[in-house]
Amino acid sequence: MNAPALKQAPLREHTRIHGIGVFRPDVIVTNEDICQWIDSSDEWIRQRTGIVTRHRADRNTSVIDMAEAAARSALESAGIEASQLGAVLVSTVTHPYATPSAAAHLTDRLGATPAPAYDISAACAGYCYGIAQADAMVHAGTAEYVLVVGVEKLSDFIDNSDRTISFLLGDGAGAVVIGPAGSAGIGPSVWGSDGSKHQAIRMSHSLLDIRDAELASVAAVGGSLDDAPKASWPTMRQDGQTVFRWAVWEMAKVAQRALDEAGVTAEDLVAFVPHQANIRIIDEMVKQLKLPEHVEVARDIVDAGNTSAASIPLAMHRLLQENPHLSGGLALQIGFGAGLVFGAQVVVLP
Amino acid sequence: MASNEEILAGLAEIVNEETGLAPESVEMDKSFTDDLDIDSISMMTIVVNAEEKFGVRIPDEEVKNLKTVGDAVTFISGAQA
Repeated sequence: MNAPALKQAPLREHTRIHGIGVFRPDVIVTNEDICQWIDSSDEWIRQRTGIVTRHRADRNTSVIDMAEAAARSALESAGIEASQLGAVLVSTVTHPYATPSAAAHLTDRLGATPAPAYDISAACAGYCYGIAQADAMVHAGTAEYVLVVGVEKLSDFIDNSDRTISFLLGDGAGAVVIGPAGSAGIGPSVWGSDGSKHQAIRMSHSLLDIRDAELASVAAVGGSLDDAPKASWPTMRQDGQTVFRWAVWEMAKVAQRALDEAGVTAEDLVAFVPHQANIRIIDEMVKQLKLPEHVEVARDIVDAGNTSAASIPLAMHRLLQENPHLSGGLALQIGFGAGLVFGAQVVVLP
Repeated sequence: MASNEEILAGLAEIVNEETGLAPESVEMDKSFTDDLDIDSISMMTIVVNAEEKFGVRIPDEEVKNLKTVGDAVTFISGAQA
């Protein structure tokens, strides 16, 4: 008996970024504001981080709100209707629900139902992880157009008195639409993880600690409630030196591999769009990669702070607004962060 | 294997490249933070360059013990042995 001929999804050879959109919340936090909470100075913060201001969202603006604004703008820039989306990926670590995903909610708001939708938890590498997956989906024929959103409301997870990371962090969203192309628009993804350093960037404690402290408080009724253990809201922490060393010297190698695998050199680039973690990391990576003078380096961190998964699309959007002639040129993008995780690609700028 | 004098001279070169400080100001008893005004990020850059130059591994947890230039010379010399 002849086996029935099984059809597989048709492969597509090329993919590219069709459009990009962002949302920048309008609360501006200056270094002076930060210095009310930690003993520091504008000069100290600028010198060690490059940051002058961060944008943060107000209490009533959610991760979904920011994602929606960026997504609508990306769809418009791509000339794609929400109903054409074959998948919606949201990279975030600050959506305050373990389930359901931000992506499913966003898909409904956009009118893209029933597109498959899920969140990616890859912190500051989340956007590049999203591009890796979207690129693969379009290639493999499981989706024609994929929306990738990097969105963070980190201000919900900071401790103003923390000197390790909180003062770096900002909020925002960036989105792109990935789809089929007539020529190569996204180079091979170089991505990975090193969980042996899972403590290098972390939450101060787990949600279970809050539950257990609550239980202990209840058990203490009859005794003194003051003696009951108290757990505060979990907030971000990092070991700055460990992260700096890894980010610069290990990530420069990853960035170089992304160039090699794409078959291009630093000379061929028009832009370098690294995750906006710290200007000192960016400057040192530029040195390690020996990027030529003509390569525009994204330094959105100065005004936007570190926005984790949102930082690359935010920085790319700004670079394109300020230098429209870069559109169509090659950009090297690399994300790296808590996990530790990393991802890099060479892409054609939309 | 490098002598302590050679390690000091090599370190001074690295510090000069990172901070612009004159190599002769990099002396054994100088504190990286208090005397040479080197911040934690520059310190990490110096550490990684020293690892490459001297072929040693300086773990993150060791870096905070390297208070003076002399501490770094002693550590590198011991790690090379």
